[in-house]
Amino acid sequence: MQSRSTIPRGDARADANVEAGRLVVHLAGDWLLEAERPRAPETLPPLDSGAEVSTVTYQANEIGTWDTGLITFLLEIERLAQERDLSVDRSGLPDGAQRLVALALAVPERAGARRQAPHERFLARIGRKSQEAYENVTDSVRFLGDFTLSLGRLIRGRATYERSDFFVTVQEVSVEALGIVSLVGFLVGVILSFIGAVQFEAFGAGIFTANLVGLGIVREMGPIMAGVIMAGRTGASFAAYIGTMKVNEEIDALRTLGIDPIDYLVLPRALALMLMMPLITLYANLMGILGGTFVSMAILDVTLVLYLEQLRLAVGVVDVLGGLFMASVFGVLVALAGCQRGIECGTSAQAVGEATTSAVVTSIVAIVASCAIINFIYTVLGI
Amino acid sequence: MSKTELNGDAHITVSNLMLAYGSFVVQRDLDFTINRGDVFIIMGGSGCGKSSLLKVLIGLKEPAAGDVLYNGESFWQDPGVDRKAMLRKFGVLFQNGALWSSMTLAENVALPLKTYTELSDAEIREVCALKLSLVGLNGFEGYYPSEISGGMRKRAALARAIALDPEILFFDEPSAGLDPITSKRLDDLILELRDSLGSTVVIVTHELASIFAVGNNSVFLDPVTKTMLATGNPNHLRDRSDDFEVRNFLLRGTAEELRETS
Repeated sequence: MQSRSTIPRGDARADANVEAGRLVVHLAGDWLLEAERPRAPETLPPLDSGAEVSTVTYQANEIGTWDTGLITFLLEIERLAQERDLSVDRSGLPDGAQRLVALALAVPERAGARRQAPHERFLARIGRKSQEAYENVTDSVRFLGDFTLSLGRLIRGRATYERSDFFVTVQEVSVEALGIVSLVGFLVGVILSFIGAVQFEAFGAGIFTANLVGLGIVREMGPIMAGVIMAGRTGASFAAYIGTMKVNEEIDALRTLGIDPIDYLVLPRALALMLMMPLITLYANLMGILGGTFVSMAILDVTLVLYLEQLRLAVGVVDVLGGLFMASVFGVLVALAGCQRGIECGTSAQAVGEATTSAVVTSIVAIVASCAIINFIYTVLGI
Repeated sequence: MSKTELNGDAHITVSNLMLAYGSFVVQRDLDFTINRGDVFIIMGGSGCGKSSLLKVLIGLKEPAAGDVLYNGESFWQDPGVDRKAMLRKFGVLFQNGALWSSMTLAENVALPLKTYTELSDAEIREVCALKLSLVGLNGFEGYYPSEISGGMRKRAALARAIALDPEILFFDEPSAGLDPITSKRLDDLILELRDSLGSTVVIVTHELASIFAVGNNSVFLDPVTKTMLATGNPNHLRDRSDDFEVRNFLLRGTAEELRETS
């Protein structure tokens, strides 16, 4: 956009004076965006001095190089002139500048096109947020309903899905997650056993560390660990995978083929996770107990046989099964939260990120809340 | 005027259709007929609701009012309608192809076949190879969509769209993002497939070259009045439409100059 003149003419200068009912704006020097430039209102004090003026004209013989810097200045003058009902005669300007200003003013601003920054009162904001929260709940219930219908279709053999998707997900959530489950499981066992050993030793009851670690891991920590790991690994990946498909119109392509995306995408993933969660949890339990035993052997004055015997007495089959049931519930919650956020994802890169975050947050909250509810029920039932 | 227009064998009938997002109306009072064997163009300036209309036609978006009839059967207003059976007769080519990115080209073409037919794996493989060769992609069965160029991706998506020999083929901006030669080849391919499969073709586009090359019937949607301004053969509309907006669009914005010089 730079004009042809190559001889520098010094800093941009502008002043104005009134001649025979016309405001003449004198422009001189190099008008470049990155250099110091005069501002439009500063050059127009004659306008406010009460002089009778009907037209603005330009005198720009001494102008050097110019770029967008000049055009923004000219547009500002156009705006000020319009406010005061003055006509502007642009014939004194360089040819290119005349055309650019004309182009910028050619299409008037579309009414209502400019976005106002939303100004919301406090109460209105609370109302909107509560409405959103309510819609969130109804969306989840609707998704749960859709999923149940889809399960029905699966049982009647009418659901279209890829069997390989199921097995790939099984592999992703089990074999490929073993490393992290081992590490976290072992360390949680170590931590529990440190707390127990130090506290119980003070009463000379160090052997009861076996009870704390055994029950703590099997009933609560095993399922929760497995659930949180699955939320971060698998739930997030479901949301991102399905969300990206949404952005690419791949979900629309499924729908136009008459394939229900819930049958095709959600069903195999949710079933795989539901099925594998108890197995993963069983493995996490084993690693946790191993970690606990390791530490107990190191700091307590008990033999391995005694410790294991105490563990066997403390942990019953019911405890293990109760924990595994809880794990299945977590599996369903993580799978559904991940898939729902993916399916409801918007159509931008940012929306995929938000869907992923929201899938993990929702899963973890759901895990903790359902854990509390299930424990309450177990207590009432005496399990 | 083409033969099919004179025959007037209505394949798709759009009646009193209104498109809206919430309370924001995009188009209203749409009434037109697409005849069997037509290459029907949905055209109009950007933001006029072309794509929304397409979404209603292919069953992705519910209309705010009105109905679309396929072979005289209501798609939206008849609660007892078997939509899945109707969708089976459609083939859709999305703007960016919308190939399933986690599947190879062969698997993409195979999914519709697996969903709707009882063919054996060997037969499906055979059909996939055939469809891919029809669009000039033989040998690319094992490629993933991310490994091929944009033009190839579009052709692969076309192979998927014709997997079930659809009665109606829908195209969303087929030439968007393609160079002139590739875009011309795609146009030729569309006509070729229309003639050999006997399908009706519906194309959303604003590429004038394509419109005149392939279209024999069309509807023009206007973003300002929010309704259709004209329907008919685009070549006729360009030369003889009473509506200035329609002629101006089809003459690439030079209708004003023509009016002044004449």
